[in-house]
Amino acid sequence: MNLVATESSDGFHAPSISDFYPDALFGDGTFYEFNRILLVRVIATIALLVIMGLVAKRAKVVPGRGQSIVEMILEYLRENVVYGVLGEAVGKKYDKLLITTFFTIFAFNITGTIPGLNIASTGLIGVTLVLAVIVWVVYLTSGIMKHGFVGYWKVSLFPSGAALAVKPLIALVDLLQIVLIRPATLALRLTINMIVGHLLLALTYSATQYFWVEAASNWNILYGFITFFGIFFMTALEIFVAVLQAFIFVMLSAVYINMAVSEDH
Amino acid sequence: MIVTPQAIAILAAAEEETHNPLIPEPFEIFWSLIPLAVVFFVFFRYIMPKLGTVLDERAALIEGGISKAEKAQAEAAAALEEYTAQLTEARAEAARIREDARAEAQQILVETRDKASHEADRIVATANKQIEAERQQAIVSLRGDVGVLATELASKIVGESLADDARQQRVIDSFLDELEANVKAEG
Repeated sequence: MNLVATESSDGFHAPSISDFYPDALFGDGTFYEFNRILLVRVIATIALLVIMGLVAKRAKVVPGRGQSIVEMILEYLRENVVYGVLGEAVGKKYDKLLITTFFTIFAFNITGTIPGLNIASTGLIGVTLVLAVIVWVVYLTSGIMKHGFVGYWKVSLFPSGAALAVKPLIALVDLLQIVLIRPATLALRLTINMIVGHLLLALTYSATQYFWVEAASNWNILYGFITFFGIFFMTALEIFVAVLQAFIFVMLSAVYINMAVSEDH
Repeated sequence: MIVTPQAIAILAAAEEETHNPLIPEPFEIFWSLIPLAVVFFVFFRYIMPKLGTVLDERAALIEGGISKAEKAQAEAAAALEEYTAQLTEARAEAARIREDARAEAQQILVETRDKASHEADRIVATANKQIEAERQQAIVSLRGDVGVLATELASKIVGESLADDARQQRVIDSFLDELEANVKAEG
């Protein structure tokens, strides 16, 4: 992004990572400092709760259109992700957690493509880290409750069938996986996707603005058409990514829980 | 104050350095926990159970409907079977009745034929008897007539002199002619 920024002339506002760190709206420097990104997150939270609350309140045995869509997503996640990975018996214990996580991440992601909000609050690592830690705690406690504390580490770090020579290596890798890599990758994958998505989408906006308004000339107007259609393409892509990343987060969470509670892996 | 592009770039770079996107700000963690806590609480307490209940209710309703439909179908199948059985029975009954009627008709025909035959025999016999009776009567009557004629003839023979054979022959012929004429007249 620095490359674009340095090459640009006076009028070009290149999107940058600092979009995610605006000035505080209130509480500057305190633990409750509040800014635009967090306002977007609160709005997304309220919108999610209002929409889902209305759907749940009006839920009938014979569903309306909105209820049908929500139920379709719900059923899909339950059947294909939760029960698909964990099996129905085990999955029943985790379906609320995983489905709620999906809806939350999706709500926080989708604000990146909503005009006026234009930022995905999951681009900040804090919230994805909190979600990853929740999943981490859940799969650790599930594994320990299933196998006992010692049993869990034994099953996880020393899989049967490994040659004696590679056992320490496997144990080390698995330990790193369980305590660090899995939660870290869950959080990082989501945040980095949202940051990059925002930069690309914002670039199409600012480049179009630049080509058509700030530095309008024959050739630049032509370039502007490319970036203008880029807006539609990137918006569609970001909507897709918003769903996909929420799905991946939940799918991997289910897989990690399954690894913790399965007999052997 | 003059702001050059270079200055902007430097400022931006400096700002980016102070905000490592991989290190969370404490206030952002705070503003993560509150919305997530609210969302998870409402979803766990209200939204998911409510939707789950509705889904379960629907599943129960559909299953109930299916079992009801199955029952109705089974009943219909039983009724059909019963009707088919009844129909078969009715057909057999009809065939049996038809067969009986045919046999009875045959019987009646045979009886009628016998009766007619007997009647014909009886009529013939009666006719024969009548004929015989009439014949007897004719014989009796003829015999009476022949007596009378014989007496008449004898008296004629006695009353008239029989001079020669020719006359004799004539008398016999006239007697026989008379007799024949009498018989014809009687017949």
